[in-house]
Amino acid sequence: MTIAAPDTHRADRGDAGSPDYDAGTVLELRGIRQTYGTGEAAVHALQGIDLVVARGDYLAIMGPSGSGKSTLMNLLGCLDIASDGQYLLGGVDVSSLDDRQLAKVRNKQIGFVFQSFNLIPRMTALANVELPLIYGGVKSAERRRLALEALDMVGLADRVDHRPQALSGGQQQRVAIARALVTSPTIVLADEPTGNLDSQSTDDVLSILDSLSRAGRTIVVITHEDTVGEHAARVVSIRDGRLVSDRRNRPLGTAKGAAA
Amino acid sequence: MTVFETLRSALRGITANKLRSALTLLGVMIGVAAVILLLAVGNGSSQQVNGLITQLGTNTLTVRAGSGFGFGGGAVTSDNSTKKLTLDVANRLADAGLGHVDAVVPQVTTNLTVSSTSASEDSISLVGTTPNYFTVTTAKIGTGESFTKADVTSAAKVVVIGSTLATELFPRSSALGQSISVDGTPFTVVGILATQSSTGITDSNSVVVAPISRVQRSYTGFGAISTMTVEATSSADVSAAQGEIEVMLNQLLKYDPTDTSATAPYTVTDQSSLLQTAAQTAQSYTVLLGAVAAISLLVGGIGVTNVMLVTVTERTREIGIRKALGATRPAILGQFLVEAATLTLLGGVLGVVVALIGAQFEINGTQPVVLGYSVPLALGVSVAIGVFFGVYPAARAAAMRPIQALRSI
Repeated sequence: MTIAAPDTHRADRGDAGSPDYDAGTVLELRGIRQTYGTGEAAVHALQGIDLVVARGDYLAIMGPSGSGKSTLMNLLGCLDIASDGQYLLGGVDVSSLDDRQLAKVRNKQIGFVFQSFNLIPRMTALANVELPLIYGGVKSAERRRLALEALDMVGLADRVDHRPQALSGGQQQRVAIARALVTSPTIVLADEPTGNLDSQSTDDVLSILDSLSRAGRTIVVITHEDTVGEHAARVVSIRDGRLVSDRRNRPLGTAKGAAA
Repeated sequence: MTVFETLRSALRGITANKLRSALTLLGVMIGVAAVILLLAVGNGSSQQVNGLITQLGTNTLTVRAGSGFGFGGGAVTSDNSTKKLTLDVANRLADAGLGHVDAVVPQVTTNLTVSSTSASEDSISLVGTTPNYFTVTTAKIGTGESFTKADVTSAAKVVVIGSTLATELFPRSSALGQSISVDGTPFTVVGILATQSSTGITDSNSVVVAPISRVQRSYTGFGAISTMTVEATSSADVSAAQGEIEVMLNQLLKYDPTDTSATAPYTVTDQSSLLQTAAQTAQSYTVLLGAVAAISLLVGGIGVTNVMLVTVTERTREIGIRKALGATRPAILGQFLVEAATLTLLGGVLGVVVALIGAQFEINGTQPVVLGYSVPLALGVSVAIGVFFGVYPAARAAAMRPIQALRSI
């Protein structure tokens, strides 16, 4: 399995707008709050989150359901906008970006892996993986090459022409991972990636994430399963919308299974 | 995202659900075809009437016996014989030297059985008249010739027959020079009328025209005549001619129009004004058909709208996925726009083709004539409906935050 090293030039994207920006920091949350509804019915999903994720780290965000971890993930993936606080991705405050710029950030910097796979039905695995490249404006031949490479990496080179409904859950999730990787994003976000999978498929997916981490990619995984958390280098726990613990399993830049 | 990519993903969207696409297509097709075809039928019938007006000419007046607008043309049921419209009255009218009257064509009509050696036709309209009948009215000599003034004077047993009747009586050979029997009396066919477009109830191609003297002597008697066709010197002089005739007839028939107790012994109608009314009727017929067609287009449009709304609602999640992968709003809108436009345009063009083919056939006795503006109108309206309802909900979905769109369904 060969995994392309992340594009190190991305670190230069930092802007002058944040003076304390560290080139080793991929993302930084400052006092993030998310509130749904207003008045009596208001739900405070996140109540002031501060978090710094270093480049190349493998972070697991853990917590029981209702703890606000999915809300946090959606904010990290720029799928939602925080009510309050600052989110710096590569040194850029994403809350100040317009729709078009946000689309570009989602396309170039973030690779999202969903619990429910979210592949587009009636499109082949290859077409699904090519999709972010289409929106990224990559030319047809190059697109095909990159997509085939990504599918090969997740071990699905022989399934490129299958539609999602003809693939097992584990295979669908591997297609989704290939889709998340194909643009060489700054950060890979996985929201309960093994939540809908059997144990064999879970192991497959986790070993792919491990090898991505070994190759130097920044990964953030959301999970409530300890087995998944054990794979991460750093584990952050969240409860009732607040971070309650921050523990490091391994030093930055090392991954489970890597030669120590 | 290039135009080509947009087209490709739109086509993929269309082929992904064939049944839904086919239904949309069908809805648009029926709506467009109905509008074009119904308007074409209305237009065709009004053109038919207009054709009759041109054919008839606009410089003739019809004088009928009796008052009112009855088409019976029978004798007036008056005790006073002087008040009848007779051949003598017609001749005196013709010889009066009226300034705006060119010709007076007296006519008597009756229905009789006409037969040849091989065939027999019941209830054929027999018209007794003078030779100028063939120059003044719409009945023109096709082959052969008219009977002459001398034939009228001598009450000769010669006839001119309609083209349909000619082929019915003599299916294998020309009717010219043949002998036919009109209610038992033998006549020689000297001419055949040119085929004319039918006005409806009576088939003007199935008539027998004979000298008026002969018809009166053998069949109708010398009493009142049915009608007189009066030709004015020009179409501009029709009303002047009408005035002259009325004055003259009042004199001849001893009728005082100011006497309210007396019933008018004759009626003068302006042929062209009658057809003008028919043309107006045809016009409102077109409008009515247009309204029916517009309703069918609307119903088709609602069908398309429904399918489009369902499609987009179903695909809100897909829109969410695409946005999460970095699709911009214009990229998503472009895809749905092209998808809706392709579907409705395709359906619309098919509808136009169906309508144009349908317009080649006679519908309910009318040859449809496609109105030029109806094609872009029907096409435009259906495409506009399809595109609006295909794109509007997509625009709403594309404006959502990705997570909202992803959570739907």
